[in-house]
Amino acid sequence: MSGEKDKILEVKDLTVTFHTYAGNVQAVRSSSFDLYRGETLAIVGESGSGKSVTVKTLMGLLGPSAAIEKGTAMYNGQDLLKAKEKDWEKIRGREIAMIFQDPLSSLNPIKKVGKQISEIFTILHKMPKAEAKKRSIELMGAVGIPEPEQRYNQYPFHFSGGMRQRIVIAIALASNPKILICDEPTTALDVTIQAQVLSLIGEMQKRSGVSTIFITHDLGVVAHVADRVAVMYAGKIVEYGTAEDIFYDPQHPYTWSLMASMPDMDLEPGDELSALHGTPPNMLCPPEGDAFAERNPWALKIDQEKEPPMFKVSDTHYAATWMLHPSAPKVERPKVLERRIANSLKRKEEMARG
Amino acid sequence: MANLEKENDIVLDVRHLQQHFKSGVGRNKVVVKAVDDVSFKIPRGQTYGLVGESGCGKTTTGRTIIRLYKPTGGEVYFNGKLISGKLSPEDKRLVHQGIQMIFQDPISSLNPRMTIKEIIGEGLLINKVVANEDELYARALEMIKLVGLSEDHLSRYPHEFSGGQRQRIGIARTLASKPSLIIADEPVSALDVSIQAQVLNLLNDLKKELGLTILFIAHDLSVVKYFSDYVGVMNKGKLVEEGLPSELYANPVHPYTKALLSAIPVPDPGFEKWRGYVTYDPSVHNYPQEQPKMQRVSDNHQVYLSDQEMERFAKSAS
Repeated sequence: MSGEKDKILEVKDLTVTFHTYAGNVQAVRSSSFDLYRGETLAIVGESGSGKSVTVKTLMGLLGPSAAIEKGTAMYNGQDLLKAKEKDWEKIRGREIAMIFQDPLSSLNPIKKVGKQISEIFTILHKMPKAEAKKRSIELMGAVGIPEPEQRYNQYPFHFSGGMRQRIVIAIALASNPKILICDEPTTALDVTIQAQVLSLIGEMQKRSGVSTIFITHDLGVVAHVADRVAVMYAGKIVEYGTAEDIFYDPQHPYTWSLMASMPDMDLEPGDELSALHGTPPNMLCPPEGDAFAERNPWALKIDQEKEPPMFKVSDTHYAATWMLHPSAPKVERPKVLERRIANSLKRKEEMARG
Repeated sequence: MANLEKENDIVLDVRHLQQHFKSGVGRNKVVVKAVDDVSFKIPRGQTYGLVGESGCGKTTTGRTIIRLYKPTGGEVYFNGKLISGKLSPEDKRLVHQGIQMIFQDPISSLNPRMTIKEIIGEGLLINKVVANEDELYARALEMIKLVGLSEDHLSRYPHEFSGGQRQRIGIARTLASKPSLIIADEPVSALDVSIQAQVLNLLNDLKKELGLTILFIAHDLSVVKYFSDYVGVMNKGKLVEEGLPSELYANPVHPYTKALLSAIPVPDPGFEKWRGYVTYDPSVHNYPQEQPKMQRVSDNHQVYLSDQEMERFAKSAS
C-alpha cells in the first residue's frame, strides 16, 4: 500500500428510502465512505442492514419505489445519484460493473456462455465478431476455465457453480471497468470453490488495477479481500476503517458482537457462543437514538435518546458509538474477542519474524 | 468422550450404507453413487458431525437413515434394531417417533397455514403420543418454552416470526415427540451470523440438558468443530476421514480434509492475505492399482487411504 492514494468514488451522506404501503422503510441512513484507486472496500453486515441497497444505488439499479433522499456519490467529477438513465448507459457495465450473488440467475440460461461474454465486445465496443470471439476465449482462459474453445459453445447449465461464477467474473471484467462491485459473490459456493473464486478476483484485481466494493457477511472473507472495511447496521455505517483497524482494534459494540458470535477454530466444544440477543430493528420505524442500543449489552442511557455521531479514532478509523465520547465509562471488550485479537497480533509478529 | 466405543449403548449404527440413484435407459444409463459404503456409529448422548461440500452425499445419508429413500445396500441399526428393511407398522411408528429431523430452511419447512401449536402437535397426534387436546396443548407449551418462546406464540402463524424464531419452532417440533436421535440437516446455514450463534447456543443447551443424540450435517467446519463430539468428512459419497475433532482438525491426514480445512477463511487480515490455500487434486490417488480402505491413524482417528499412501504418511509423520 502506498502512502498517497486518490479517491475514485466518494459517497457522502447517502440516504435511501423505500415507499411501501406499510410506510417508509429507511434502508440506508446517511452513510459515507470512500473508495480508493486499486483498493478493496468491504461492506459487512447482517441481511437487511442496507448493504445491497447501497451498491444498487451506485449502479443505478434501484426500483421505482425507492427514493434517494439526500447525499452525493462523486465519480469522475459526476454525481452518480443525479445521473439520468441515459447517463447510466455510459457508466453501467463500462465504468462500474457488478458480480451478483447467484451465478445461475445472473446468466441467461438459453444463450451460450461465449456469446454472453462476446456481446460485451460486439455491442459495447463495436468489435468485429471474430475478434470478439478471440478476446472472449482469452478472457475465459484468464479466469481459469479449462478448454475455453469448447466451453465457448456451451450453455450455463453445463457449468458448475464455481465455473458459472467465473463466467460472471469474465463478463464483469470484459469491458475493463474502473469499479467492480461484488455482491456476496461467494455466498452460494462451497468453501474450497470460494477460496478459488476469491483468489481469482484478487488476481484479476492486481492485473487490471480495478477498485472493488465487496459485500459480504462473512468476516473471514472480509479479512481475505479487504483493504478497508465498513460495518453496516440498520442502514448506517457504524464503523469504518482499514482492515487492520477493524480486526485488531474494533471500537463499536456491534463489531465486537459480530466478531465474537462467529465460531472459530480455537473454540472448545461446548463453550457458550457470545450471541447477540434479539433481531435487527424494523426499519419502518427505526428506534430513537442508537439503532443498536436495544441489543447492546453495553448500552448507555444516552444511546436510547440520541443518535451517536461518527467519532474519530484515528485518521483512518471512525466509529459511531457513544462509548468513544470522552466522558463515557470504559468497558472491556468480550473475552473471546480479546483472545482472538491477541492471537492475531501474535501471529502477525511471528510472520514479521519469518 | 473417551468412552466412544461403549458397544452396548449405540443409538445409531450405520453399516456399509449405499444409496445409488439411477437415471436414463440403455446407453444413457447413469448411476450416481450418492452414498457409497458409509459406516459410522453414534453412542447415546453424543453428536456426530458430518461435513462435506454440496453434492458429497451428506444430506442423502441423513435422508436414507430416516427412511426417506430405500437404501441400495447396507444396514442401518437404530437402538440395536435393523430399520433399513421392511418394517411392521408398529416398528415404523417407533422409528418415526424415535428419529426426528431439523431442516435447513426454516421458511419452507413450516406449513404456512398451520398455527405453531398445530405444527408442533401434528406429529404427536399422528403417532398417538398424546391422547387429547389438553395433553397436546401442555406438550406444545412445554416445548415452546424450552426453545425460548412464549405461550402467546402458540396461536400465531409462521409468517409472524423471524428466521431465527422459525428455526426455534422447527427445533420445538423436533423435540416434541421426545426422539432418541435427531438428524439436524444444516440447521443454521440459512441464518445470519448473529442469529446463528443464538440457535447454536440453544441447541448446545438442549443437548446438555436433555442428553440428545444428534447427527449434525453441515458444511461449515468451524460450526461442526464447535458442536460435535466426533466428526466425519465426506467426499463424493465416501467417508474419507473421521475422528475426534481435536485430532482431526489439528492433524488432518487425507488430502481432501487438508484442502477443506485450509479453505476456511480466518478473520485475521494479516494472516489471511499472507497465507495460501491447499488444493485437492483427486489424481494424487492411484486407486485403480491400490485399493483404499479405512486405516487407523490412532484410536480416535481413521482415514480412507490405500496401504502405500498410509506408509508415506507414516514416514512423513515420524
